[in-house]
Amino acid sequence: MRYRTPLAVVIAAVTMMLTPAAALACGGLVGENGSIQLGKTTTLAAYTNGVERYVTAFEFSGSGKSVGSIVPLPDVPSSVDRGGRWTLQRLQQEVAPPPAAVAATAARAESAAGDVDIVLEKEIDALDITVLKGGGDEVGRWALDNGFFLPPDAPEVLDFYASRSQVFMAAKFDAGRAADLGQGAGDSTPIMATIPTDNPWVPLRILGLGRDGEERVEADVFLLTDERPALLAGGPGVQVKRSEQASSLLLSDLRSDKGMKWVPDEMWLSYLQVDAAAPALDYDLAVAASAGAEPSLIDAGIGPAAAVPLAPASPLLPTTWTIWALIGLAIGTAVFAGLTIRHRRGWMPPTPVGP
Amino acid sequence: MRLGWRVLTAAAVASAVAAGGQSMTASAGPPVALGPEPVTVVVEIEHSRFSVDEIPVARGTTVRFVVVNHDPINHELIVGPQAVHDRHRDGTERRHRPKPGEVSVPALERRVTSYTFESTGTVEMACHLPGHYDYGMRGEVTVVDEPSST
Repeated sequence: MRYRTPLAVVIAAVTMMLTPAAALACGGLVGENGSIQLGKTTTLAAYTNGVERYVTAFEFSGSGKSVGSIVPLPDVPSSVDRGGRWTLQRLQQEVAPPPAAVAATAARAESAAGDVDIVLEKEIDALDITVLKGGGDEVGRWALDNGFFLPPDAPEVLDFYASRSQVFMAAKFDAGRAADLGQGAGDSTPIMATIPTDNPWVPLRILGLGRDGEERVEADVFLLTDERPALLAGGPGVQVKRSEQASSLLLSDLRSDKGMKWVPDEMWLSYLQVDAAAPALDYDLAVAASAGAEPSLIDAGIGPAAAVPLAPASPLLPTTWTIWALIGLAIGTAVFAGLTIRHRRGWMPPTPVGP
Repeated sequence: MRLGWRVLTAAAVASAVAAGGQSMTASAGPPVALGPEPVTVVVEIEHSRFSVDEIPVARGTTVRFVVVNHDPINHELIVGPQAVHDRHRDGTERRHRPKPGEVSVPALERRVTSYTFESTGTVEMACHLPGHYDYGMRGEVTVVDEPSST
């Protein structure tokens, strides 16, 4: 298990824009017969004053009885509550005008948890939230015993996360209860987990759970940090699209949402896009929020050879390829100039002599 | 198949307990077919992968498969002709009553099944739970006429 020392943390908002066919949210578990499809998942993880708030929501569509998802967490949350009304949509609006529909799922523990430790259980609208602590095998067995359908890659993915943090949040959505509450396809319920932790990280590999080799994972990641963060991934599937001081208007809007009064007056906004083939997304996003700190290879779930530091692509600066192209052009120009000079000297007619 | 699994496969086959004292090694050269006396092959499953996916046996050999499931999800081992695999692939049973060559293996448990390879050729072994076959849970038993050599 990973141990962390308390530090200022990062706010990470992960928005997953899943294709309907993919139907697997952050956790990738489906209903008992796969009839319920998770359309989109949006997640925001925020850290300030030593506490991380993890806001996530799921939207579902389908006709099955229930669907569930398991989300890895960096540490044990002290509470789980309803996560605002429009925070996630407001973040999406910051980078893209069309609002992102968000949805949430919840899990109900229907039977004994086995060897896992049940840390917290809570009902939020039609969602049953269970925070559990255990290894990959224990969490997998608990999920199996509680009606989750685990795809064949689940054992490896659960072990991947359990080797670093044995804390998971299971969310099971009950369509019957949703109907009783007047909720239907397209509705969503955001939940917020408040997590004391040392270093934030964004789980990305979980997004590919259950997807076959032909499928791609596409997601939007929002980071709000006290300072400009240092970021580390394990492959080319993550790009920084925006990196800037968050506007006071954005922060003010977020702060005015229910349960979001903790949002400070100044934060740095980073917006990343994930676009990778599911099998290639075998890493997470490591974040170092303190000045001079380095993001952790362990947090990214990678070795040194696979490390890909992330830097924002500024429109004022040339891209890497542009730089190399310019260098190549400069070299080519120099070589051409040199050859031209030699050529002219070689072909100069001798000074005529003689009478 | 990754190198690591080649080593594991060879090691797993090499560790098979043969009633007649047969064994297979990971050395170079074609593998020695198991049998014709009854043999036991241990098939371990971890992260939805068989530890053994290429097994040569002599015609007429009865192989006792000991399937050890190290995953927290259910698996199965189906060995037999194509018709058997078609039935399991297209079927909807989550678990199967044990038959020769067909066994469901619950999460973190061990089960046994036996199968006699009567004809030469290739016999497939696989797990047909949803998504498992495409994920890579499949292998082959190659049945040959030549008896094993010691």
